Amino acid sequence: MQGNLLWTLFLVVVPLSFLSIGGGASILAPLNHQAVAVHHWLTQREFVDLFAISRAAPGPGALLVALVGWKIAGWPGAFVGALGIFLPSSLLCYGVARIWNHYRGSALHEAMEKGLAPIGTGLIMAGALAILHASETGPGGWAIALAATAVLAWRNFHPLLILLAGGVAYALSAGLMG
Amino acid sequence: MNHPHEQTAVASTDSNKSQAGIETGLISLPAIFSLFFQIGSMSFGGGLAAWLYREVVERRGWLNPTDFLSGLALSQVLPGINTANLSIYIGQRLRGVPGAIIALLGLLFAPFFIIIGLAAVYAQIDSISWAHNFLCGVATAAVGLVLSVALKAIRHTMRGIAPMAILAVIVVTVGMLHWPMVPVVLCAVPVSVALAWYEGS
Repeated sequence: MQGNLLWTLFLVVVPLSFLSIGGGASILAPLNHQAVAVHHWLTQREFVDLFAISRAAPGPGALLVALVGWKIAGWPGAFVGALGIFLPSSLLCYGVARIWNHYRGSALHEAMEKGLAPIGTGLIMAGALAILHASETGPGGWAIALAATAVLAWRNFHPLLILLAGGVAYALSAGLMG
Repeated sequence: MNHPHEQTAVASTDSNKSQAGIETGLISLPAIFSLFFQIGSMSFGGGLAAWLYREVVERRGWLNPTDFLSGLALSQVLPGINTANLSIYIGQRLRGVPGAIIALLGLLFAPFFIIIGLAAVYAQIDSISWAHNFLCGVATAAVGLVLSVALKAIRHTMRGIAPMAILAVIVVTVGMLHWPMVPVVLCAVPVSVALAWYEGS
């Protein structure tokens, strides 16, 4: 039975690997649907709780899949979930990176690299806005974000210090206000 | 800008292209694992790409800014979690297959155990609202890290008006209007590359 469950989990997750574009938010809805409505592995409340935990942990949010695997089948489930979500897309990415680097040095590659750089930078900034949006912190969040930007642009502090300061500042201000 | 290992990123030879990561063959697999392990365990609140840029480009000089940013754009357009893809890209650039595997494993190792550890103690954490507020504050400060890295990237890679216009289009459409990222990027790539090509020739 356990083997069957792990196999089903793997088959559910592998297509999500190719569906997951960007930060992994795109897999939330289908993962939710499969885990709750189709396979009855979790209740909706349990799924939401696991999602909140995945937001609190470091690393890619898509590790939520490993967490769902852990909840329904223990450590083997966690490993199968992580393998299923990361392996297929990684193989594809490796192939593309390899082809991309093979043409390094050609004029077209150089133009493509230069052309992709502002797009990559723009996506970094769009990602920053997405984090602000998702954290639902309002003007206080904006203030912390801008202060952190200014401090880091001014001096090369270790980012962990800045993150710690931001967390303490927001927890204190939220505590004082209510 | 201070690049302690610049020679490794600059001293490129095209003699053996089939072997990936030749330019940077001096970087050891344990060094790659250690870096990705650290970034994986510290990147609370998101902004993994900014951490990677800071460590890989600015502090270690393993890749130059353009190399990193073009890889970032690739890794976002391809299917898969973008930070995992970016790790694969960097690992592949540095040391080929073993580099890519080690980078991804390093990135996921700590978060994998932390996330399950958190789930195990979730009942306690759930009742403490300051923990939630603390994490929200961490996430917004991470935005500061991301933006400061973006500013440095702009300073180091962008010359002229065309790249700035492309950048602005991406930020507005994807970041503010929430248009779907992949179609936007697929439309922006040919325009941006054509402009870069025109400028280079």
